[in-house]
Amino acid sequence: MAIFSGLALLLCFGLLAGPTGGYAFDAVREVHPLPGTAALALILALIGTGSKAGVVPLHAWLPLAHPAAPSHVSALMSGVMTKVAVYGFVRIVFDLLATPTAWSGILVLAVGGITAVLGVLYALMEHDLKRLLAYHTVENIGIIFIGLGLALAFGANGLATAAALALTAALFHAFNHSVFKSLLFFGAGAVLTATGERDMDHLGGLIHRMPKTAFAFLVGCVAISALPPLNGFVSEWLTFQAILLHPDLPQWGFKIMIPADGALLALSAALAAACFVKAFGVTFLGRPRTAPATDARETDRCSLAAMFVFSGLCLLAGIFPGVLIDLLAPVVQTVTGAHMPTQLGVAWLSIVPIESARSSYNGLLVFLFIGASASLAVLAIHRFASRALRRGPAWDCGFPDPRPATQYTSGSFAQPIRRVFGAVVFRTHETVTMPPPGDIRPARIEKHISDVIWDVFYAPVAGAVWYVAEVLNHLQFLTIRRYLGFVFAALVILLLALVLWQ
Amino acid sequence: MIQGLLVQGVQMALVLLLAPLLTGLVRKVKARFQRRRGPSLIQPYRDLKRLLGKEVVLAENASWLFRVAPYVIFAVTWVAAALVPTFATGLLFSWSGDLIAITALLGSARFAQALAAMDIGTSFGGIGASREVMIASLAEPAMLMIVLSVALIAGSTQLSTIADYMAFSAVGLRVSLALGLVALIIVALAENGRIPVDNPATHLELTMVHEAMVLEYSGRHLAMIELAASLKLLLYVSVIACLFFPVGLAYGYVVGLVLYLVKLGVAGVLLGVFEMSIAKMRVFRVPNFLGIALMLGLLGVLLRFVSEGM
Repeated sequence: MAIFSGLALLLCFGLLAGPTGGYAFDAVREVHPLPGTAALALILALIGTGSKAGVVPLHAWLPLAHPAAPSHVSALMSGVMTKVAVYGFVRIVFDLLATPTAWSGILVLAVGGITAVLGVLYALMEHDLKRLLAYHTVENIGIIFIGLGLALAFGANGLATAAALALTAALFHAFNHSVFKSLLFFGAGAVLTATGERDMDHLGGLIHRMPKTAFAFLVGCVAISALPPLNGFVSEWLTFQAILLHPDLPQWGFKIMIPADGALLALSAALAAACFVKAFGVTFLGRPRTAPATDARETDRCSLAAMFVFSGLCLLAGIFPGVLIDLLAPVVQTVTGAHMPTQLGVAWLSIVPIESARSSYNGLLVFLFIGASASLAVLAIHRFASRALRRGPAWDCGFPDPRPATQYTSGSFAQPIRRVFGAVVFRTHETVTMPPPGDIRPARIEKHISDVIWDVFYAPVAGAVWYVAEVLNHLQFLTIRRYLGFVFAALVILLLALVLWQ
Repeated sequence: MIQGLLVQGVQMALVLLLAPLLTGLVRKVKARFQRRRGPSLIQPYRDLKRLLGKEVVLAENASWLFRVAPYVIFAVTWVAAALVPTFATGLLFSWSGDLIAITALLGSARFAQALAAMDIGTSFGGIGASREVMIASLAEPAMLMIVLSVALIAGSTQLSTIADYMAFSAVGLRVSLALGLVALIIVALAENGRIPVDNPATHLELTMVHEAMVLEYSGRHLAMIELAASLKLLLYVSVIACLFFPVGLAYGYVVGLVLYLVKLGVAGVLLGVFEMSIAKMRVFRVPNFLGIALMLGLLGVLLRFVSEGM
């Protein structure tokens, strides 16, 4: 995949450089390619950077590669390296190509929406904690590309302020993702070192053994699920505000594509929340399912400090988003030629993307309100209500079963969603074998999930490579005379070709 | 400023005080339709008082999250309800969060609730949480599509501005608004766990969703969760009233308040009648039901152009 994406990028730069072959950015900006060439360059850029960022259907390598590294390296790969690809895309398409066309917006929007929803659906099917996080990287890249597609769409129609809003949303989300994904990978790493397990179904109850890690991981979960008052919500809110500007676009394609993308964005946000209820609930809550989970120890102080720094960043970016928007303004200004209104002057530190009558959000006030009303409730209750508390066995409708196997696992938690969405996307089906009464064989339920994208795009390529390798394998076992014969034949053919060429 | 603060304070107190009454009204209507006399209208207040006076029985392996969650759920729901204009628009703090933020705040409450349900590690907690997130994964996008279509018509996502727009300008009957209303009612039914999605009165094991999540709660914690559930019902009724029936928001506080009470009464009776007239669905029919809401929301957004073009 790396070679493939490198090839696409090289070809893209070759097209951008044009006949003069100047590869400096300034030289490339001077070249104004023909529409066909520009279109080809854009598609190549999308393939090249998209496969590095993990855009569906070029994402297949990412959930395999990112979890394989040690957790802090995974954090770097998911949090930072994918952003380099996003940077590359913005640089090539917005800066160097500089002639956004309407259809390119539609293309990027479609890719982004599909990536966001498929990424989170894959994540929901996953029971390996780190692979789940890697699939969420795919989802978040999709959300970033939705923002970029919106920026392209508005830019192509000369709506610079709207494009600036969309691009700010995309870049804001890129920043947010690098913060909370690093936090989550650190948390997964802490769990991995404490228990030696990445499989959620072998964990459970870690909130008792690792309370600090659990708290930091919870902050990351809330942030990535786009819930207020943390940062993930702000960037998705900004993306929605950009989506709301789409009636200004004249093309009919956008009038249908952008609301559809809005639905996909909302769907991916809701599914992400579901997925992180599952990830946190199965890993940290409930009762421990195995001995390593029972004997887990809290991780060391340095790791905890790193996690808490990122948790703090999640909160700060969530309640002071205006600062970040203002910091992004120069970048957005150079790329789109406009920027969002300066946010720091707005009263009470709210953010106002366009005008205050249209929409505004104040993370700080929401956070303070929640804090105040929660404290009020706690005070009132502890002042006026009963404070008695008794510990007892769980109620569980009267039949508590002490075996941890009776808890919901990641697979059973995701079963309703698998049933709703999986039949289409993953061609899932379940087979239930129920032995007749009197038969002592256990009843079994088996699930089958097939990855359609792997089957359609990758399996044929892998099959072809395998077949060619099988055929060429014979060449390894020849005598030296035959090898010399090959060398001689190749030389003759080359010379012949040279002669014929001239 | 002082007046604004006062109105905001009255609003926060009002939603808190009225919420159990609405729940009581719905229960009363349902009971009358079953030819029972039913508990009195103020029974929910008595229930809350009783729960607050009782001791909490906490499962042995409950963590801090289980004890914190009820307050978080309550606080988040209360903040969301305080942002919805009930008897007057232009609340002092209504600009601190728009309709998208209100939807997301309810999402936060649900997130806390689902996590708390997983905390004890019982199978009922798991079944409730996993079904709740399945329902939410369709209800939330549907809600946001409705927000999108309404916001496109009113040119704002601020609930106050939308209500003003709907109340003062001649919006007329629009296809997308009608679709939005139907979709919002479906979403409200699902989000509040009403029949046909979930039955708030049942403890029948395999059909519970919301009740399964709160099964382990007792005493003051349960009181907080019950109050939050009542608040959420009131919130959805208020949102429907303020988006689609903004009558009376313009004529001062007293008229607004009286009309708001009337609207709540009508909504409560209608909900009771509706719940009595249909049966609960199987869990896996619910996605189809909510899929209708999602499609209606999306159609509402798309049809806006059609109705504008004509």
